[in-house]
Amino acid sequence: MLFRRMTDWPRRDWTSPFDEMERMRRQMDWLSEGLTRVPWRGPSAGVFPLMNVTEDKDNYYVRAELPGLKADELDISVTGDTLSISGERKLTTEDEKAQYHRREREAGKFSRIVTLPSQIDTGKVEANCAEGVLTVFLPKAEAAKPKQISVKAY
Amino acid sequence: MADTESKALQAKEKAEVTTPAEQTRPGLVFTPSVDIFETEKEIILLADMPGVKSGDLNIDLHENVLTLDGDVKSPEGADEVDVIREYRTGKYYRQFTLSQVIDQSKIDAELKDGILRLRLPKVEAATPRKIAVKSS
Repeated sequence: MLFRRMTDWPRRDWTSPFDEMERMRRQMDWLSEGLTRVPWRGPSAGVFPLMNVTEDKDNYYVRAELPGLKADELDISVTGDTLSISGERKLTTEDEKAQYHRREREAGKFSRIVTLPSQIDTGKVEANCAEGVLTVFLPKAEAAKPKQISVKAY
Repeated sequence: MADTESKALQAKEKAEVTTPAEQTRPGLVFTPSVDIFETEKEIILLADMPGVKSGDLNIDLHENVLTLDGDVKSPEGADEVDVIREYRTGKYYRQFTLSQVIDQSKIDAELKDGILRLRLPKVEAATPRKIAVKSS
């Protein structure tokens, strides 16, 4: 860095004596971020289970990955615009004489509430659990559905 | 770890695979969390692979390398728009080197509720046999 400064110093683009410091600070930030950076960090509540909420014109769909949980071990309830999911993930107890090589899966209780952007029709909510993925299908309340307004031409 | 009350389960983001070999189709590849344990007669592997159907799972054991490869279809329909996206979906891939000799004809795999349970019975000669030492 010293060599570079000697060859293109004084820089013509300096507008203030602190520009060099600013550039160094930005480079240090970039370096330290590169050490700890997580490749993708979408907005997340950081609470188990991670959920994806998608919508189309008439419904919301909430999906969560819950491997090993059967339909009757989950407690799902809805109110006007919130969905609440709770339960407990248990790991099957194995042979006592088993020697573990790796233990990466975790067990424990979870409980999560997610608020949807608009009201839903609580009477028509359905949920199903297949291959460890829970899908909750929430139809929007009639008042929340977009209505086309036709413009009259006079 | 004998706590009588369960702790709250922490959310863990899925770890992407850092494999040098690329896939033929583009998409994300994740490593599934596994528990591996060994009893006298067999090695048992439990892997979390939510979203994989039994037809989309390939298990291969070749020269002591076990490969798990599960394909996951995107669950969203074509018209759906994301409101919140906290996890991504992608196929699962993991390889293990087995130190024990496995009886390939008796491997048993069961995929239920997104959990794969793989039983790898050890070859008879590898089961421990105690040798009594006589002292003279």
